[in-house]
Amino acid sequence: MELNGKVPPGPISEKWTKYKSSMPLVSPDNKRRLDVIVVGTGLAGGAAAASLGELGYNVKCFTFHDSPRRAHSIAAQGGINAAKNYKNDGDSVHRLFYDTVKGGDYRSREANVHRLAEVSVNIIDQCVAQGVPFAREYSGMLDNRSFGGVQVQRTFYARGQTGQQLLIGAYQALSRQVSNGTVTLYNRHEMLDVVLIDGKARGIIARNLVTGKVERFAAHCVVLATGGYGNVFYLSTNAMNCNVTAAWRAVRRGALMANPCFTQIHPTCIPQYGDYQSKLTLMSESLRNDGRVWVPKKKEDAEAIRQGKKRGIDIPEADRDYYLERRYPAFGNLVPRDVASRAAKVECDKGHGIVPTGLGVYLDFADAIERYGKSKAHSMNLENPSPEKIRELGEKVVEEKYGNLFEMYEKITGEDPYKMPMKIYPAVHYTMGGLWVDYNLETNIPGLFALGECNFSDHGANRLGASALMQGLADGYFVIPYTIGTFLADEIRTPRFSTDAPEFEAAEKAVTDRLQGFLKNNGNQSAESFHRRLGKIMWDYCGMSRNAEGLKKARKMIQELREEFYKDVYVPGSLDEYNPELEKVARVADFIEMGELMCLDALERNESCGGHFREESQTPEGEALRDDANYAFVSAWGWTDTSKEPELHKEPLKFEAIELKTRSYK
Amino acid sequence: MKLTLKVWRQKNAKDKGHFETYQVTANEHMSFLEMLDVLNESLISEKKDPVYFDHDCREGICGTCSMVINGQPHGPMQGTTACQLHMRHFKDGNTITIEPFRAKAFPVVKDLVVDRSAFDRIMQAGGYISVDTGQAVDGNSIPIGKETAAKAFDAAACIGCGACVAACPNASAMLFVSAKVSHLGLLPQGKVEAKRRALNMVHQMDEEGFGMCSNVTACEAECPKEISVDNIARLNREYIGAAFTADEK
Amino acid sequence: MSLTGIFLILFLVVHLAGNLQLLSNDGGQSFNVYADFMANNPLIQFISKGNFFFILLHAVVGTGLWLTNRSARGGQGYAVKVTKATNTNAGFAKNMWFLGVIIFVFIVVHLAQFWFQMKFGEVGADVVMVNYGDGDVKDLYALVAATFTNLPFVIFYVVCMVVIAFHLWHGFQSAFQTIGWNHPKYTPIIAFLGKAYSILIPLGFAIIPIIFYLNHA
Repeated sequence: MELNGKVPPGPISEKWTKYKSSMPLVSPDNKRRLDVIVVGTGLAGGAAAASLGELGYNVKCFTFHDSPRRAHSIAAQGGINAAKNYKNDGDSVHRLFYDTVKGGDYRSREANVHRLAEVSVNIIDQCVAQGVPFAREYSGMLDNRSFGGVQVQRTFYARGQTGQQLLIGAYQALSRQVSNGTVTLYNRHEMLDVVLIDGKARGIIARNLVTGKVERFAAHCVVLATGGYGNVFYLSTNAMNCNVTAAWRAVRRGALMANPCFTQIHPTCIPQYGDYQSKLTLMSESLRNDGRVWVPKKKEDAEAIRQGKKRGIDIPEADRDYYLERRYPAFGNLVPRDVASRAAKVECDKGHGIVPTGLGVYLDFADAIERYGKSKAHSMNLENPSPEKIRELGEKVVEEKYGNLFEMYEKITGEDPYKMPMKIYPAVHYTMGGLWVDYNLETNIPGLFALGECNFSDHGANRLGASALMQGLADGYFVIPYTIGTFLADEIRTPRFSTDAPEFEAAEKAVTDRLQGFLKNNGNQSAESFHRRLGKIMWDYCGMSRNAEGLKKARKMIQELREEFYKDVYVPGSLDEYNPELEKVARVADFIEMGELMCLDALERNESCGGHFREESQTPEGEALRDDANYAFVSAWGWTDTSKEPELHKEPLKFEAIELKTRSYK
Repeated sequence: MKLTLKVWRQKNAKDKGHFETYQVTANEHMSFLEMLDVLNESLISEKKDPVYFDHDCREGICGTCSMVINGQPHGPMQGTTACQLHMRHFKDGNTITIEPFRAKAFPVVKDLVVDRSAFDRIMQAGGYISVDTGQAVDGNSIPIGKETAAKAFDAAACIGCGACVAACPNASAMLFVSAKVSHLGLLPQGKVEAKRRALNMVHQMDEEGFGMCSNVTACEAECPKEISVDNIARLNREYIGAAFTADEK
Repeated sequence: MSLTGIFLILFLVVHLAGNLQLLSNDGGQSFNVYADFMANNPLIQFISKGNFFFILLHAVVGTGLWLTNRSARGGQGYAVKVTKATNTNAGFAKNMWFLGVIIFVFIVVHLAQFWFQMKFGEVGADVVMVNYGDGDVKDLYALVAATFTNLPFVIFYVVCMVVIAFHLWHGFQSAFQTIGWNHPKYTPIIAFLGKAYSILIPLGFAIIPIIFYLNHA
């Protein structure tokens, strides 16, 4: 299949502006006659539904949560990037664009990223107008901080709850449209299939999770904003209900899944502590602004700490290895996530890990507390302050910056991070891969759009911190409201679709049969147990470092797991009632297929780039080695029939504005 | 640790519901919900219906989890959601009673799961700033004092979980409503429609069947985000001001 | 609730000021003159009507609030419920209606005993007249003295004053919160005043029957 990214012509900085002004429009009168289905109410979906509603489209918005405000965007902590250059430190749209492409290890589509950087400034303005209480300076101006992989301060934040505040902004905008009658909200409805009529997406099948009824919904087009698939790994920082089902059902209807192996492993999460554990908790990247990452230099020390005979604070300065500062002096503790994660794995694999499982490193704030304490004492004109006073003042400053994160850490671990260095380890956090979309954010199925983490377009092989929020809102507020017109302008004569159409009937039957199949299965194992096993396979073989042999083995194991799953999974209850176990089993079934595709994609891409590290492809120092000659493309997989091999399509990546270089943070 | 759980089981909104008692073995590192996961795994392995409860992020931010543990919404720890509550705060041999958030406006869906869409409808009644996408001026064009932004944030930290309603002897949603009215009303951008907002949201709250505030402050004590009842005073001020001066009838 | 409550709070101050004259050592002259003035002055009569109206309004609205709130709780109650609150007076706050009912009963008894006699009491049968040189006035003092030498009545009055103190302990501060008077600087002052008020005023009322009992019984 020929994949056309539909990137408009012209110099990169003018593409979007020119394209916007020459794009086909839909008149207000016609908008009222066009129905749009938006699935998902996170930053991308919520923003899209609200903006499309404002424009006058007739929007139906779906979430499987009990309220749109629960979407997992809410858990984003650190911040949102924007090329405002309020700090006068040399930031610009071009620099944000460049940083993002470089951070993504040159595996994203240039034009999309540039557009993202351009609209980033509007996002901040929009959010401020909606009442998002961003952090301010005493002057009343917006405050910024720094994030990994960049050397400017361009991250806007609302304490450690930026995602929450942005999502509530979008939720409020959405609520306003609901009250205006332009958006109809369907809470506790899970999309289980896309309905295609004459090859175009014209509706969805969704299950009302309260009554259990499988229902049909028609529209002129369908927008998916259903997030990422990090939960393939079972343990991740994603919320428990995050899943790939909506996107995967689209794949099964012919959409392409792009770069599925690009997974972001976040370096600073609370380490795993038990087999019963249901999820991992992220500690914001913003902590690396002030925290220093280290492990003991001596293996004996590490061993003693693992056995509980020593504590982190007992290790003298000279015996600590601040390995990020040592290996990457230019960026230090603020190297991008993939680099920081891999470095932690290297140290732990060498036997320097500091938690009983051996999988953990320290993130230490002692220096920051002292530095801030001294500075504060100075500004208070204290002469010769005692070390205790400095500590006290410093802790206050750190509390102001990261208070809620420290509190959360203490709640979970029962340890006081002001006194003891934090223990952290990488965990699955975000998936750069997703449904293949063109410049209009339209998948290869006409009328089916994908936004936010659900698509693949902007982050390449690694996402920079504070860019997910930016992308979600960019897609929802400032891209889809324009680009959806490119499809809908030709649909103004298309009458509303009836859900009695045979395509709807067939799709509904397929969904019902599939769910009934699970219920009739009467096996012995829970969906959860299969999910846990899948996660283990994925983490072991398709995690932070991958090799051909492991990936082949993993694929085989997943295929066996799938077989066993269909034979032996057990679901209690029935179809026509509130039944979260049934929801789960359908999601796990999709995860299993997705997991297999991820392994295949990772196997196929015999290069290391960003979050995808192939052991076969590394420099002598152990850094990732990209292979631009052979792999400068997007892998877009089609897999409508899982009894056959998936089909690989390639979209070549052309870099016109940025020169392809080896990514270095040294 | 071995625990006895008394859990509320209710098939659907119409069912009367009853308590069932379970024994579960947990360890102190587990979160409360992980302890329930363990219970559910064993129920499923016996082919029994698991105990259904709402949950999602398990980081204390999404506001999905909602249960009353030993008589307190989200359990005994201050400023902590049920998902962030860890078993180290319980002792071996404890009996723990688990009930749904109870209120007329929060009908039970199943077991511990309740329907909180009333909160959505209150938000739809006015919990927003009426600005369309693309209308915004530069983010720095209106300076907002650090303290004002911080106060607005404190109110905006509400996760909409409904613990305030569950805790309140009157099942009042005043803390929830006042948090939104305060958050938006404190900011210059939200002042424009502050009066309408207060009137409409309070009206919708009454429509939904929530009770009225009698300043017991149980909401403040149980709020996992420790939202202050000062916001309720602010809402009252706004509401009374609006009721007396609104241009409309 | 708040506005009527604040009016009644003010009323209590005036009422106590008058009552304390019972303790002046003049055989009841100043109190009786005051009582006569209160019973016959047109302005006071107007305020007094308002006062009855506010008491009733406070009771009716309060009962309505209690019913609404009870229904909002829903049919199924908690099997286990711990009410933790940041207010120290949450226990009273939860039970304002019950306290209110006791107070209402008290008011009815109280009015029947004194106010009704003062206004409509039959001279000779219920009350006697005294003359302090400025025309006859009803000897309410004697009536009070008679009542407060009766131990069950003394106990009844004192207990009711404790109930009123509980009601005020929450009500005073709550009234300000309800009308939105909340400020980091001034709320602690209001809280302090509220507590001082709800101790001193009922104490002032309660002292009268006790002293009468001790002096006359």
